[in-house]
Amino acid sequence: MTKKIVQIENVGQCFDTKKGRFVALRDVSLDIHEGESIALIGHSGCGKSTLLNLIAGLTRPSSGVMLCGGREIAGPGPERAVVFQNHSLLPWLTCFDNVYLAVERVFAAKEGKASLKRRTHEALELVGLAHAETKFPHEISGGMKQRVGIARALSMQPRILLMDEPFGALDALTRANLQDELMKILAATQATMVMVTHDVDEAVLLSDRVVMLTNGPAATIGEILDVRIERPRDRLALAHDAHFGECRAAIMEFLYHKQLKRAA
Amino acid sequence: MTVVAMADRSKGVAPAAGTAREGGAAAGGRADITPITPALAARPGPGLGERMRERLAEGLRVLAAMLLPPAAGLALLIGLWHLGTADGGGIPSPARTWDAALALFADPFYREGPNDQGIGWNVLASLERVGIGFGIAALVGIPAGFLLGRFALLAQMLNPIISLLRPVSPLAWLPIGLLVFQRADPAATWTIFICSIWPMILNTAQGVTRVPQDYLNVARVLNLSEWKVFTRILFPAVLPYMLTGIRLSIGTAWLVIVAAEMLTGGVGIGFWVWDEWNNLKVEHIIIAIFVIGIVGLILEQMLMLVARRFSYENR
Repeated sequence: MTKKIVQIENVGQCFDTKKGRFVALRDVSLDIHEGESIALIGHSGCGKSTLLNLIAGLTRPSSGVMLCGGREIAGPGPERAVVFQNHSLLPWLTCFDNVYLAVERVFAAKEGKASLKRRTHEALELVGLAHAETKFPHEISGGMKQRVGIARALSMQPRILLMDEPFGALDALTRANLQDELMKILAATQATMVMVTHDVDEAVLLSDRVVMLTNGPAATIGEILDVRIERPRDRLALAHDAHFGECRAAIMEFLYHKQLKRAA
Repeated sequence: MTVVAMADRSKGVAPAAGTAREGGAAAGGRADITPITPALAARPGPGLGERMRERLAEGLRVLAAMLLPPAAGLALLIGLWHLGTADGGGIPSPARTWDAALALFADPFYREGPNDQGIGWNVLASLERVGIGFGIAALVGIPAGFLLGRFALLAQMLNPIISLLRPVSPLAWLPIGLLVFQRADPAATWTIFICSIWPMILNTAQGVTRVPQDYLNVARVLNLSEWKVFTRILFPAVLPYMLTGIRLSIGTAWLVIVAAEMLTGGVGIGFWVWDEWNNLKVEHIIIAIFVIGIVGLILEQMLMLVARRFSYENR
């Protein structure tokens, strides 16, 4: 691991609610290195999405310091692209135009129209959707929409890709498919990624480190697990891999033993 | 390949369903899908001409099913009208009204002085007033709605005023219009303006506040400029709400213009109704009622068409 892209130091996040102050996160410290894939895992309501939103700059921390590339994170920026859980494509734009909107924002100042169009086309090609460019979001499947969302994020050539349960709303087969493709894309683009997930297998399969959050309120990082599995990873081979099993067991132990949550 | 598939769809479905039911009954509800395939395969595909004829017959059946009930309703209305007016009285019978309508529509665009013009001119004059008043209301109301939806303080300031003025009958504004403009024609237009502006402001504002947070998050993450946020996210998201406001406005405007013109006089369908009442040509009043209804229906349908074109939610 080389350069640190994102540094999170003693970050806390509070929300003022009607019932008083609600502490969502406390004392979170984490360094994210270039080219690394990180999974944030924890029970629902533990603040993993809150942490992702903080990195994205959609919310500001109540305390602590957040740096991206050595500069404080003051708001959203194109170097930190977000893939939303519900794809969030604009229904009145075609797949091409949805991606083009992002490309235009980042590169229009320096490049001509032809170049912007080429970038858009390449991003859609990367996720295997070059044939669906002219389609509207309502005309394509849930998995394809999520791919367009990923293409939109990647088209900005971000330094870090932030994904908030990107495959949570998809069926198991589509999810497996997209996970494999995401691994290929990450390998090809050398991108850094932080993904929020509640799926233990997904966390181990996709990431180099699994960051486990304790239960909220006042959640913090409980454990960090290093996944030492060679890439490219093959899900079938991993099913019988001893280390993969150990990693799974360690996360399950954390989630269901140390941090067992009463059924809400 | 396509031909076979189409043949299956048009021809094969009904008998297959029958077979499925029989099979299901025989097997006691288990494995009732299996018998379908041989039944389908055994049936030869129908010829092209036969299929075309079937399509045509099917289309006619659908058309008839769509048109028959409204036609029956209309016949019932005219029948009752005929029965009610059979023994004379002030209300003219359908036949008399029809004859009067034929005479009237033989020359809808004649001009015999300012107070005696064809019904076509009168309708056009009313439409013109509605168009101008409504157009100005749209120019003012839609931007106002965007501002109200975007800035909470402005909404808090103006909402009480709007709530106070909205339930006021637009005709109450007519004297103010007469006072300010000193002439009848702009006063009627002013009345239309007042009655069409509220739905447009309120619906647009509501649309703006209901833009899904997800889309606004996209705007923030992509760091879009204010102009892009407006053209790519806000405007398309609000458009369906805006069109609802416009539709409501047009409906109200068309309701109000008749009453306003009765008061202001001049040329217009509302004035024409009043004029015919003074001439005691009751059949013309009934014709005018139909004309007003049909024009209102056409306006409504046109806007529905536009709204459907721009609704993305139900697609």
